[in-house]
Amino acid sequence: MSIMDQDVVIIGAGVVGAAIAREISRYDLKVCVIEKEEDVCSGTSKANSAIVHAGFDAKPGSVKAKYNLEGNLMMGQLSKDLDFEFKQNGSMVLCFDEADRPALDELYQRGLDNGVQGLEIITGDEARKIEPNISDEVVAAMIARTGGIVCPFGLTIALAENAADNGVSFKFNTEVQNIVKIDGGYKVATNNEEITTKYIVNAAGVYADVIHNMVSSQKIHITPRKGDYMLMDKEVGGLVSHTIFQLPGKYGKGILVTPTVHGNLLAGPTAVDVDDKECTATTAEELADVSMKANKSVKNVPFRQTITSFSGLRAHEDGDDFIIGECSDAEGFFDAAGIESPGLTSAPAIGAELAKEIAEKAGAQEKSDWNGYRKGIPHVSQLSFEERAELIKQNPAYGTIICRCEEISEGEIVDAINRTLGAKSMDGIKRRTRAGMGRCQAGFCTPRTIEILARELGIKPDEVCKNRPGSELIVGD
Amino acid sequence: MNKKVQIVIIGGGPAGLAAALAAKKNGVNDILILERDNILGGILNQCIHNGFGLHTFKEELTGPEYAGRYIDMVLEEKIPYKLDTMVIDINKDKEVTYINKEDGLQTIQAEAVILAMGCRERPRGALNIPGYRPAGIYTAGTAQRLMNIEGHMVGRKVVILGSGDIGLIMARRMTLEGAKVEVVAELMPYSGGLKRNIVQCLDDYGIPLKLSHTVIGIEGKDHVEGITIAEVDANRKPIPGTEEHYEADTLLLSCGLIPENELTKGIGAGMNPVTNGPLVNDKLETDADGVFACGNVLHVHDLVDYVSEEATLAGANAAAYVLGGAGKEGRRVKITCDNGVRYTVPQTLDITNMNDKVVVRFRVADVYKDRSICVYYDDEKVSSVKKRVLAPGEMEQVILKKESFDKYPDVTNIRICTEE
Repeated sequence: MSIMDQDVVIIGAGVVGAAIAREISRYDLKVCVIEKEEDVCSGTSKANSAIVHAGFDAKPGSVKAKYNLEGNLMMGQLSKDLDFEFKQNGSMVLCFDEADRPALDELYQRGLDNGVQGLEIITGDEARKIEPNISDEVVAAMIARTGGIVCPFGLTIALAENAADNGVSFKFNTEVQNIVKIDGGYKVATNNEEITTKYIVNAAGVYADVIHNMVSSQKIHITPRKGDYMLMDKEVGGLVSHTIFQLPGKYGKGILVTPTVHGNLLAGPTAVDVDDKECTATTAEELADVSMKANKSVKNVPFRQTITSFSGLRAHEDGDDFIIGECSDAEGFFDAAGIESPGLTSAPAIGAELAKEIAEKAGAQEKSDWNGYRKGIPHVSQLSFEERAELIKQNPAYGTIICRCEEISEGEIVDAINRTLGAKSMDGIKRRTRAGMGRCQAGFCTPRTIEILARELGIKPDEVCKNRPGSELIVGD
Repeated sequence: MNKKVQIVIIGGGPAGLAAALAAKKNGVNDILILERDNILGGILNQCIHNGFGLHTFKEELTGPEYAGRYIDMVLEEKIPYKLDTMVIDINKDKEVTYINKEDGLQTIQAEAVILAMGCRERPRGALNIPGYRPAGIYTAGTAQRLMNIEGHMVGRKVVILGSGDIGLIMARRMTLEGAKVEVVAELMPYSGGLKRNIVQCLDDYGIPLKLSHTVIGIEGKDHVEGITIAEVDANRKPIPGTEEHYEADTLLLSCGLIPENELTKGIGAGMNPVTNGPLVNDKLETDADGVFACGNVLHVHDLVDYVSEEATLAGANAAAYVLGGAGKEGRRVKITCDNGVRYTVPQTLDITNMNDKVVVRFRVADVYKDRSICVYYDDEKVSSVKKRVLAPGEMEQVILKKESFDKYPDVTNIRICTEE
């Protein structure tokens, strides 16, 4: 057997790929993550509901049910170890019609079967006492106390940074074109290079079927299921404190209304199957659908305070479940495919499971110097006045505000560029620091962020991109 | 113990500068201007076109020239200011907390505060334009800064949505820099900008203005490649079959300005939902004691000259407040509006202690032809001025004279409206 470039190649640097990378970095293996975009967290992981699901929704016995519960239980400790924003705000499922009560009871029972703690059915009036802004039509509700919200960028970036700090390499703008079985492993052909590896992990999101079908005769098929969202100003982020779901019924799976960990209000998603795996364009019809359905749950959702709308794709596999584990007709090829909701919640558990399986198969040993902790960029605006004063004393750049709306300082932006797996684009900065994510949507900070990016990366301003190559912001001087 | 300053001015744009000068002129020396950008002058610095100062200086200046005159006066008067300084909090006790590189985080105790933070542009997300989120979509003011301050060209083939003044100005600016501005689409059946800007920035360059049109599609995933606009019906919904497609690499948005009042709300000052600015009395004092407001943070102005005038009043009143000359509260009367008048600034008037003349500024709700602006003291019409055209893009005003209340000492309501 010839010497391989890598022990493990992970395809995809979304939350699942990053979680696997972080877990597998515990072992003495040579691991590389390849990603077709210019940064981590550039696909489904960046555009979703940002919910840590309690686990009552998945069918008992399904793969989803298992990883959802495990992931939910891991999230609190992980958020401390890796320093990302997570809040157990609890979920509430609304029932609008007495005729639907059996369905609510069934959901409750399903939650119990899945092992979910902290479930309770309450009356409509009790629900309104807890959430005064929900609809008068609510006749009953289920509370799920273990439901939470998370920063999806924070989670994904933290996992990836921690993996990188523990020796995993990342190759961006690298797209898999073909995979060939070779003796003792695989040869992965990309747009940049060929990489030989003993093991492959397929965490390619909506492209996981394409990757899987390169090596397996047992074909899978993923439908990109598009969901549009509207994000509202922090001024109205306190409209509800729980994540408000609708009981699946005649309106389909329903629209959720939730606070985000950053204090905004989020409503969405729609569910429209599309053919194009890159189709993240919102449509007027779907946005109208979001507002119509959200207003069913919560009275007078202030959509006039919308600061942005966006769209994400869920990787829906025909079998309607996650596909996790070694492919039966492709030894050493591990799938993490069909990862739709509750994928964000499940990712840490999927990562732990696959890393263990691969390490066992490879006979790998745990590293003695593995460090499972990571410290994020300081969120300067969230510090007390005293802490903030102290920080600016240490580094005056934390005293110059670049993004007014989110109060993000030059110091944080420079940190985002210069740290492990640093930002290389405007969106990279946005996801790491929130600069440009506020109510003016980067109107004021764009010119200064371009300047800082160009300066720190040693590039010309007209080379600064919004995200991938081709998204340059200015056309010249 | 926090440092004390008599008058703290938040913002060093045209409003803040004029307020500072007026406060100084009225006897207060202990003033501090806090400016978040790296120069004084605010947005005027990027407004390199002319048309500023006709009222204030009786000559036509560019934005930087207009700002420059005020900056020179502030320097001459040695009024202290801090740049790259962001106010992060003002509390009810008028403790102003700011941060910058040099001082770190500081809290100062102000006797009076003048809010002069200006406004921001309405972003794409607030406009509900569907589609991808590629590079090449800018608010007009961001593009203006990139071009006029940073020296960057933002695009070559441009569609502009919204006919606010900055959008109109940028249509001309980009044309002069060699870009092709294909069209300006305006959702409303009238422009939100000044008539003179439509003539001088669009008509003179042959750029079409399409009223009752909006953007319904943005092509291009990485960068804007094309823009589709369509005509809208009376409910502002696109009319099928009216779509027009333009090849473009840039979409500029000039769809309204929003006063930046996050700090104001923190102080607990009451807000006017129409202007998105604080409620003020004829002293331009908010309902937070000793906190004054002027300029675009109070309501969005059409001309900077009026900003300066308003800020001068705020500065003088803040000075009177800290020097104890504000006098006691007299008979306070509400100023209300209806029938085509959307709002007024101020919203109350102390008819006992008012200045000899008080300017009440407002905007109308639609384009009106041959209407009168009328003032009622309770049910009695006290003035009526015929106007050939009234438009939402142009600020209007009436002047209330103190002597006019001699005959109406018991008035309980002042109402401003339009009449056919």
